[in-house]
Amino acid sequence: MLVAYVMAGYPDRAGSLAALEAVARGGAGVIELGVPYGDAVADGPVIVEAGKVALGNGFGLAETIALAGEFMEAHSDAPPIALMTYLNPMMRLGFPRVAALAAEARVSGFIVPDLPPDSPMADRWLAASEPLGIDTVFLAAPTSTPARLEALGARSRGFVYVVSSLGVTGERDELAAGLPGLVARVREHTTLPVAVGFGVGTAEQAAEVAKIADGVVVGSAIVRRQGEPVALEAFVRELVAVAARD
Amino acid sequence: MSDVLLPSADDAYASPDAQGFFGPYGGTFVPETVMPVLAELEAAYREAQADPAFAEELNLLLTDYVGRPSPLYRADRLAEATGLGAVYLKREDLNHTGAHKINNTLGQCLLAKRMGKHRVIAETGAGQHGVATATTAALMGLECAVFMGTEDIRRQSLNVYKMRLLGAEVVPVAEGTGTLADAVTAALRHWVERVEDTFYVIGSVVGPHPYPAMVRDFQAVIGTETIAQMAEKAIPRVDAVVACVGGGSNAAGMFFPFLRDVPAEERPLLVGAEAAGLGLESGKHGAALTKGSPGVLHGFYSYLLQDDAGNPLEAYSISAGLDYPGVGPEHSFFKDEGLVRYEAVTDQEAVDAFALCTRTEGIIPAIESSHALALLPRLAAELGPDAVVIVNVSGRGDKDMDIVREAGLGVD
Repeated sequence: MLVAYVMAGYPDRAGSLAALEAVARGGAGVIELGVPYGDAVADGPVIVEAGKVALGNGFGLAETIALAGEFMEAHSDAPPIALMTYLNPMMRLGFPRVAALAAEARVSGFIVPDLPPDSPMADRWLAASEPLGIDTVFLAAPTSTPARLEALGARSRGFVYVVSSLGVTGERDELAAGLPGLVARVREHTTLPVAVGFGVGTAEQAAEVAKIADGVVVGSAIVRRQGEPVALEAFVRELVAVAARD
Repeated sequence: MSDVLLPSADDAYASPDAQGFFGPYGGTFVPETVMPVLAELEAAYREAQADPAFAEELNLLLTDYVGRPSPLYRADRLAEATGLGAVYLKREDLNHTGAHKINNTLGQCLLAKRMGKHRVIAETGAGQHGVATATTAALMGLECAVFMGTEDIRRQSLNVYKMRLLGAEVVPVAEGTGTLADAVTAALRHWVERVEDTFYVIGSVVGPHPYPAMVRDFQAVIGTETIAQMAEKAIPRVDAVVACVGGGSNAAGMFFPFLRDVPAEERPLLVGAEAAGLGLESGKHGAALTKGSPGVLHGFYSYLLQDDAGNPLEAYSISAGLDYPGVGPEHSFFKDEGLVRYEAVTDQEAVDAFALCTRTEGIIPAIESSHALALLPRLAAELGPDAVVIVNVSGRGDKDMDIVREAGLGVD
């Protein structure tokens, strides 16, 4: 299954809506909709630059949720949307309000890279979001200890997001050598599906990842094509074809 | 030898809690990759705190290498010029490398070695923390890279040269405004990539737990010495203790021992000086405590200059060291609890205080420390002509010659 990352508000509002439609038509299983933020510490240059453009277009968390709502309303068969946002925009808007707006917009889940599962802030967010049926996906990293994998597996809903390698998001020449071992370690602690991201940018890499994981997350390579919906749809189709598992 | 005791977890004032919170502030908000490394760091730090050999090694360096204790100097002409009974300057500017920053870099680099890391990275604004880290890395034979905004590289070219001379790599950061906040972000990003062999030496009481508490502990030597020197000099009464606050490490190091060791009824008024830049209403300042609201940046929850959508705002100050949109979480706690008062000082007030201290005492303070000195006339008006005030002169102003010249301090 392909998890396709799209940056909201990039290159502009209409362009990101067209990109959402392109990745949905292309067959993405889940859409990860990125919320632009001024200090995207987990992201590499492509997503950071796209985020800056989107911020300049007046995009933030509230605008991204509204965009998701408009897209979901227009497409009853759309794949589920998970928002990728940093913690501070959620805190600024207030957890109850974020959860309510997201539920109304039919957003299925949240991925928050700077919200550790064992933080008291995670308790507060889950208390606000879980009753409304919103899933929160926690991230596992190559450095995660067994105890942390246990905790993040237990708190994740939907799937567990495995960060393939050290460093920020973005395309890499090669997949991390330790990836199969990492995925196996994660699976020891959760029965949820496992999606792998960070550094997956080509069909060849997606095919490699699909051999060991249930989901393949592609971000920067999609964001780079957000201005050209036709090329984007073809690229997504290619990724979906290799990422399909039976 | 200076007798520095690292604060331990069972001190009366025991903040932060086990998860790194000072009241609601602080905590750990970083990508998962870093979380296990922070837990390792905390464990290593706790172990070092309990090991007398660690304290002994650090104390020896603070004494023979840094030159501690730094003097508590009675500045009579400055007191007269500002209308106060007495002014004492805590001379952190006399430390090796010219600022308080080295107290912390020695502690953290010793810890890095103890953890078996051979490479350190740091962020720097004014360059003082970068120089202190590069110096300590040279001393201890560690590889060193310092992240510095391009605007700060321009403002502090002498320190850039010094770091390179000391063998450090200076990594220019062109993102954002090319200042301290951007350097922190770049250093954090790099750390996530190299977390297995690299120790991140954070220069202030900011960042995820355990950094705010650890940096405060390493800087607490400032306040501990000051309290001891007050007794040695038989200073009967101190009305106020002042320090500048950017991230807030020299202020935390000065204030924390007063809060921990001095009963509230005997405690002087503690005042932190933030950067008001071009004025609090101009939108161009670094006054997170005065004008900000709580939020998360760089891995911790604290007062923050942010927009309505939760994006960090660009800070501004004439002083690269105070040019930061956040502030250490313990200061947010101090503010809410009323333990410390925070005031904002404009660029112009700081430049005036810089000139006054230089001309009355022959001491050229850092433009950061000048923000603290600028509170003296205000305190004279508030506390009266007999008041006794201690100012932490966190660094020396050699690095600021170009800045004050640009600000119009001519010598014709």
